[in-house]
Amino acid sequence: MIPTNPDLECRDLIKDFDTFRAVDHIRFDVPKGSFFSILGPSGCGKTTLLRMIAGFQTPSSGDLLIKGRSMIGVPPNKRPVSMVFQHLALFPTMNIGDNVGFGLRQRGVSRSEIKTRVSKVLERVGLPNVAERRVDQLSGGQKQRVAIARCMVLEPDVLLLDEPLGALDLKLREHMKVELKALQAAFDTTFVYITHDQSEALVMSDNIAVMNNGRFEQIGTPHDVYNAPETAFVAGFVGDANKITARVSSAKDGVLTLSADGESDIRVAAQNSGFHVGQLLQVYLRPEAIELLPNGAEADKASNVSHGIVDAVLFNGANSMVTVKAEGGVLWKVALPQTGGFSSLQKGDAIRTRWHPAQARCYQAAEG
Amino acid sequence: MNKSLLVSLIAIAALAAPMSQAETLRLLTWGGYAPEDVIAKFEAETGHTVEVTTSNNEEMIAKLRATNGGGFDLAQPSQDRISSAQEEFGIYKPIDMSRVNAELFIPSMLSATAGNTTYDGEVYGLPHVWGTSGLVVNTAEAGDVRDYTDLCDASVAGKVSYRLKRPTLIGFAYSMGLDPFAAYGDTEAYQDILDQVEAKLTECKPNVKTYWGGGDEIKNLLRSGEVIASMAWDTGGWQLNADNPDITFVAPEAGALGWIDTFVLPARGRADDAAYDWINFVMQPEIAAMITNTAGNFTAAVDGDAGVNADLKARYQGSFDQEAIDNIKWYPPVPAGLEAMEGSTLDRINAAN
Amino acid sequence: MSSDTSRLGLYLLLAPIFLWLTVLIILPHVGLFIVSISEKVGPRDYDTGFANYAAFFTEPLYWRTFARTTIMSVLATVLTLILGFPIAYYIAKLTKGRAKTTLFLMCMIPFWVSELVRTFGWMILLRETGVFSNLLQYLGLVTGPVEMLYNDAAIMVGLVYTSILFMVVPLVTTLDSLDDSLIEAGYDLGGTNTSIMREIVIPHAMPGIVSGCIVVFMLSLGNYLTPILLGGKDSLWFTGMIYTQFITRFNWELGSAFGFLLLALSSLVVFLGLKVSGQSLSNTMGRS
Ligand SMILES: Nc1ncnc2c1ncn2[C@@H]1O[C@H](COP(=O)(O)OP(=O)(O)O)[C@@H](O)[C@H]1O
Ligand SMILES: [Mg+2]
Repeated sequence: MIPTNPDLECRDLIKDFDTFRAVDHIRFDVPKGSFFSILGPSGCGKTTLLRMIAGFQTPSSGDLLIKGRSMIGVPPNKRPVSMVFQHLALFPTMNIGDNVGFGLRQRGVSRSEIKTRVSKVLERVGLPNVAERRVDQLSGGQKQRVAIARCMVLEPDVLLLDEPLGALDLKLREHMKVELKALQAAFDTTFVYITHDQSEALVMSDNIAVMNNGRFEQIGTPHDVYNAPETAFVAGFVGDANKITARVSSAKDGVLTLSADGESDIRVAAQNSGFHVGQLLQVYLRPEAIELLPNGAEADKASNVSHGIVDAVLFNGANSMVTVKAEGGVLWKVALPQTGGFSSLQKGDAIRTRWHPAQARCYQAAEG
Repeated sequence: MNKSLLVSLIAIAALAAPMSQAETLRLLTWGGYAPEDVIAKFEAETGHTVEVTTSNNEEMIAKLRATNGGGFDLAQPSQDRISSAQEEFGIYKPIDMSRVNAELFIPSMLSATAGNTTYDGEVYGLPHVWGTSGLVVNTAEAGDVRDYTDLCDASVAGKVSYRLKRPTLIGFAYSMGLDPFAAYGDTEAYQDILDQVEAKLTECKPNVKTYWGGGDEIKNLLRSGEVIASMAWDTGGWQLNADNPDITFVAPEAGALGWIDTFVLPARGRADDAAYDWINFVMQPEIAAMITNTAGNFTAAVDGDAGVNADLKARYQGSFDQEAIDNIKWYPPVPAGLEAMEGSTLDRINAAN
Repeated sequence: MSSDTSRLGLYLLLAPIFLWLTVLIILPHVGLFIVSISEKVGPRDYDTGFANYAAFFTEPLYWRTFARTTIMSVLATVLTLILGFPIAYYIAKLTKGRAKTTLFLMCMIPFWVSELVRTFGWMILLRETGVFSNLLQYLGLVTGPVEMLYNDAAIMVGLVYTSILFMVVPLVTTLDSLDDSLIEAGYDLGGTNTSIMREIVIPHAMPGIVSGCIVVFMLSLGNYLTPILLGGKDSLWFTGMIYTQFITRFNWELGSAFGFLLLALSSLVVFLGLKVSGQSLSNTMGRS
């Protein structure tokens, strides 16, 4: 395998505002042609990072390379990146064709060629024959695609997208997720996509960076980030999780026994974790890792099994859940499979839950 | 009940009775003609109150025309502008001579004004303040300017100012050896004079720094030295003389232009009693002197110059010897329609480059 | 029934507006129009006819004065725009918060004094014995005093100064409404300062530009004091001419005709301006 330059490299990027550090020692590579997402809560510095890549903000320190070339000091109109803005920023005073042709006009491309390239790119995003329309005559999803076409017609090395689906309604958002991914594959361009919505990131990305307080907590594939969160923040932010705080009461053969106030002891697998007896831990457990036991089913010794009462049934199609109140009063969110025999489950029913110690993730908790 | 109503009615009537004689006099006049101290004295003596609006000839007539002679109880336009305005717009009412104390007026002026302001057999004006316009010159720098046309001399180029108004046309005409007042009644002859003056003033335009509009403006220009020779009122020259002895009023060789400001009663004035009271009040010699001291011009009051301050008298005598006084050209009444002809001439001069 | 009462309510609400329109705008104009079509044949004797309007077109002095006034006003409008646009852009786009309010207020300071005082201020600066002349002499750039007053340039300075606020306010309003991300998108797509100005900022600001221009043009055309005081012997201005007809010539008939011609011709100029810029009046006035 020949090592190729990644399309985008960030080396220890820092951005300080007055007294406040918005982006803190960010380093990552984005390989060519991949879909890279930056996922983090609002205010964590995503936009600031993206704007540094686009050239609208200057890093306080660190370096930023596109196709191996440093971009420090290069103005935004000279960078081989394009950006799809949060509110798309289509020019309302121009029609669609002029919007898409704007970048080509700046490059001095001939009129006739602009015309053919514009109609070609509009066709590729599935919007033939809209060139003459005004911006406000398009629907939200169509505008989205026009915004992408306006960037893609310039064949940028990297396309930056700042929460472009944020303004769309839920249905359209679900649809656009799939479409965006398809467009990225079709154009075979590197996408850097920022969002606070984990499902967008999980669905579309080849790699996800989870960002918090200006720092990257973890970079990995959606599978890694979801299933093997490296920090408590990632475990809590990506996907749903039950979170309990408990203290280590014994450690044996890679299995920790934890006890929380009033709860029955739980066992979690923690090979080579280095946790020791007496430490306070945070345990994250996905709802789908917990199984509801049918009446009379055999409880195996290795799993954590507990009794509880159904507190509420939250029907949501394939994502249905029940909350189960354990004996000690803790509420557990448990996935409710729509295939099993639990369709008659009701509030107040007594039920048993089971989960395997290996399913839980433990992180050291601050002593409070 | 009825009784008490009657009592209160009587009380109101009793209170109102002396008030019915006290009126508000709305006076439309020139700056300086109604000084504060004179008004205070008048109000104390008669119980009337006075509201003063200062203006100039054209605006006085325009204001009265706009209201058909209403809004004011006494106005003071120049005597040459009365009979034509009365003929065109009917904005004045005749003077009731029986209510005027004629002994206070210098007889020759009273009769001259009466003659000039007669329309349809009725007299409309009484003389009040008189003065002249001529040249105001910085004698140290423009000592050679002795007549209106001298303003066009190369020696004062760029440092000259006059108004673009009818006195300028008249003054230049006299200075050019013409007699515009004699041609007042003859439209063709007057147009001929206007054409000659227009040519002269157009030719003179490069010499002019600016056409002045208000008295303060020309005084300012002369005081700062930006203008050294101008056509202006005598009082302006005398006021400047007090600060800078070089600047003074010069009676032009062709003759200063004499004007008399009058008292007229607007057609729809409401306070005639107060108006006559004011006329008879301000024409008393000592009051007339107070007005001369603020306005700078002498009045038609008998012995009105007795109480005038010595400086003003000296300046007046410095500008006017007997010959110059005899040479003053007094404005005769302007016939209706003349101003339209002059207006076109002035417009063309204004537009010329 | 209920629709009847609501309609009555609407009429009652509109009544003051109609009253205002009729009493303060329509009636005086009707009166003025009647005066303008009376021809004077002798003292207190008038005919009806359009001779006063004809006089405007037959006497070169009148229409030349109007043409001069219009051209100078257009020039003043263009200069105001050229000067006002960068100021407005700076205020709207490059400042924030306090600085923005301060700058905006600074633009308004000249308007806290009357137009007369403002004009006198310029006279003090520009006159031969004034501030600029003395400064130039002090710096040794000129040997004698220089007169900067009483010419067309002085009128222009006065007009631009008087109207700059009326250009800056609508421009700031429209430029404020221009989303910064549009400008950034322009740069991002490879635009240069000039192309972004031309293709994004100016088209967006067009309603503000046009409404500012209309207001400034009308203000300049209708200005009376500035041309007279700063222009001196070259002060020929159409409103001055109307004033002269009314006040010094006692010729209300011609003055009224001039007034109507000013209204009609200036409307025509505005109409042509809108046509050329491809804007509609409702668009400009409605949006800014
Ligand atoms: N120009 C700026 N000056 C000061 N602080 C800023 C500026 N821009 C952003 N910030 C701050 O930086 C932090 C990160 O902002 P941003 O990058 O917009 O977050 P995100 O896009 O992740 O929501 C926020 O706390 C924000 O208030
Ligand atoms: Mg953001």
